[in-house]
Amino acid sequence: MSLSDEERRALEAVVTHYPDHRAAASSALKAVQARRRWLSDEAMADVGGFLGMSVEELDSLATFGNMLFRRPVGRHIVLVCNSFACWSLGYAELLEALEQELGVGMGQTTPDDRFTLLPIVCLGACDRGPAIMVDADLHGPLAPADVRGVLARYA
Amino acid sequence: MSAADDRGPGVTAGGSTPGGSTPGGGAAAPGGEERPLTRAMRADGRPAGIDDYLAAGGYEGLNRALFDHEPREVTQLVMDSGLRGRGGAGYNTGRKWSTMPLGPDAPRPKYVACNADEMEPGSIKDRFLMGRNPHVVIEGMVIAGYAVQADAGYLFLRAQYDQPYAALERALAEARARGFLGEDILGTGWSFDIHLHESIGRYICGEASAMLNALESLRSNPRARPPHMTGAGLYSKPTVVNNVESYACVPGIVRHGVDWWKGLAVTPEGGTKIYGVSGRVATPGCVELPVGTSLRELIEVHAGGMLPGYGLTAVVPGGASTAFIPAADIDVPFDFDNTERIGSRLGTGTAVLLDDQTCPVGMLLNMEQFFAQESCGWCTPCREGLQWTVKLLADIEEGRGRPEYLELLEDQCWYMGPDRTFCDLAPGAVQPLQSGLKLFRDELERHIAEGGCSYPRRGSSLPVRSGTTWA
Repeated sequence: MSLSDEERRALEAVVTHYPDHRAAASSALKAVQARRRWLSDEAMADVGGFLGMSVEELDSLATFGNMLFRRPVGRHIVLVCNSFACWSLGYAELLEALEQELGVGMGQTTPDDRFTLLPIVCLGACDRGPAIMVDADLHGPLAPADVRGVLARYA
Repeated sequence: MSAADDRGPGVTAGGSTPGGSTPGGGAAAPGGEERPLTRAMRADGRPAGIDDYLAAGGYEGLNRALFDHEPREVTQLVMDSGLRGRGGAGYNTGRKWSTMPLGPDAPRPKYVACNADEMEPGSIKDRFLMGRNPHVVIEGMVIAGYAVQADAGYLFLRAQYDQPYAALERALAEARARGFLGEDILGTGWSFDIHLHESIGRYICGEASAMLNALESLRSNPRARPPHMTGAGLYSKPTVVNNVESYACVPGIVRHGVDWWKGLAVTPEGGTKIYGVSGRVATPGCVELPVGTSLRELIEVHAGGMLPGYGLTAVVPGGASTAFIPAADIDVPFDFDNTERIGSRLGTGTAVLLDDQTCPVGMLLNMEQFFAQESCGWCTPCREGLQWTVKLLADIEEGRGRPEYLELLEDQCWYMGPDRTFCDLAPGAVQPLQSGLKLFRDELERHIAEGGCSYPRRGSSLPVRSGTTWA
C-alpha cells in the first residue's frame, strides 16, 4: 500500500505548520490514522517515506502516545474515563455495563469490528462524570442503563 | 450527541450564576466587565463566535496593545497586574515574559506556546474556556506574541478535546479574516499566526518542556533546566509557555488596566478565576468568580451543596497533584497564597470532592494509579516509586495490607519528593499521598486491622490492569 492522493494532499497540508518534515511526524501519523483507523506497518512505512524518516523513529512516537494505534481497532473507539472524579461517581458500574453490552473487555474489539473499548485518563469532564467518549462525542453523566441507547447511535 | 452539544448540564457560565461574591476594591468595573473570561459566552452553550466576542469588547485589548503600547510596556502591565500562572504553578506571567530576549539582536524565530494539554484528573476549566470562548484565548496569545515580539504561536491541545478543537479552528479562521491574526495584523505591519497541534496523548506532554519536545515530534520526556525555555525552547529558540487561562486573562488586563484587575478579586492576588466543582453536588461545573472566593461558597452556593445523603470528607482543590483539604478548612479564601497556607495548592482551581460514601484509600489509590501509569519512565524514583506506591495502597484497600506499609509509603514520599526527580510529576503525586497519609491515618489503620474496605464505593487494582498503553 502507498499513500493515496488524498492522503498525500493531507500530509502536504500538515507539514506547512512545522519548520521541517521531521517535526510534523506526530501530526502526520494522526492524519494517516484518521483515514486508516490504525497504523499498520505499511502505514508507518508510507508516512516514513513521505517524511524521510525510518519506521523505527516513527515508532518511538507511536509507542509513546496512547492515541496512536499500532493494532487494529474497530469503527468506533469507546474511551472510558477511569480517573478519580468519574471513579467516585460510578465508573466501575458503567464499565461493567459497557463490557456486558459489548461482550468484550477493556482493550478488545467487538467481533463485528464495530467498537474498541479503551481506558482513558480524565477527560476534563468531571462535572459530567461518569463520562465516556465515543469517537469525538462526549457522553455523561451516564448510568449503566444509558449504555445501550448511547451505543445504538454508532453503526 | 453531536460535538456541539459538548457541555455540562451543570456548567454555569458567568452571567447565569446569581449570588457571586461582591468583588473587592469597591469600584464597579467599566462596562460591566467583572467577568472578563466568560462574558462573551453564549447562553445556548455554543462557542462564542467573532461577533459575540466583539460585542463583549473583544479584541479591544489587542487594539490597545498594538496602538497604545510598546511591546515592553505590555509585559510590564501584565507583570504589574500580578497575574500568576493559571496552569497551577502560579509563577508571575509577566515576569516570565520579561525574560524573553527583545530587540534586533534577539535570536529568531521566537515562539509563544499555549499549554492546552489539560489532562490532570479533576481539571475541567480549559475545556470550558476554549470550547465556549475560544477568542479570548486567541486574543491573549496574540497580545503575548506582540509583547515578546514572537514570530509564531503554537497551541498544544490534548487529544480527546474534539469540541474545543473545532471551536478554536473556527475562531482562528474568523480572527484571520478580521485582521486580528496572520499577516499585517490590524495594518501594523506585524505578522503572527497560531498553529493548532493535537497531542498523540499522555499526561507528561503537559509538562512545559516535555510539551516542547512533543511539538517537535520528539518523544516527550521533560528537558533539563537550565536552559530556561525563554532562552532556548521550541527548536532551541526563545519560547514563552503559558496555560490557556493565563492567556485568557491578558486581554482584560491590557484593556482595563492593573487597578481594575486587582479590584476584581476578594484578596490581593487580583482578578477572576475559572473555578470548578465536581463530585456529589447538585450542580457540578465551572464558574468565573473573583479570586479568593471561599471553597465553601463555591461548594455550597455555586455548586448547589452536597446531594442528599452525602457528606463532605475532603476536597482535592486543584487537580490530582494537590493535597487534600479537610472539610473543616473550606472557609479558606481559594487563592494561591491562602491555599498554600493551609498546606495545599490552588492548582487548577477546579475542585473534586471526596464524599463520605467513598473510600479515601480507594480515591488515593486511583490518583496514584494515574501517576504511575503516566510516568514517562525517565527517572528512577518516579518510574519505580509510583508502581510501588500503587501496590502498597492496593494491598491495603483490598485487605492484604500490613502495618509496616504505612512507613513504606512515608518513605516513598521522601524518595519522590522535590529535587529528587527529573520533573514535577512524582512530587505532584506525593502531594495527595502525603496529605492522605496524615488526614486518613485512622482509615488506613482500620483497613489494615480489619482486612480491607467497608465503604460503599471502594477502590480496586482494576484500572491499572489495562492502562492506556494498550495501543
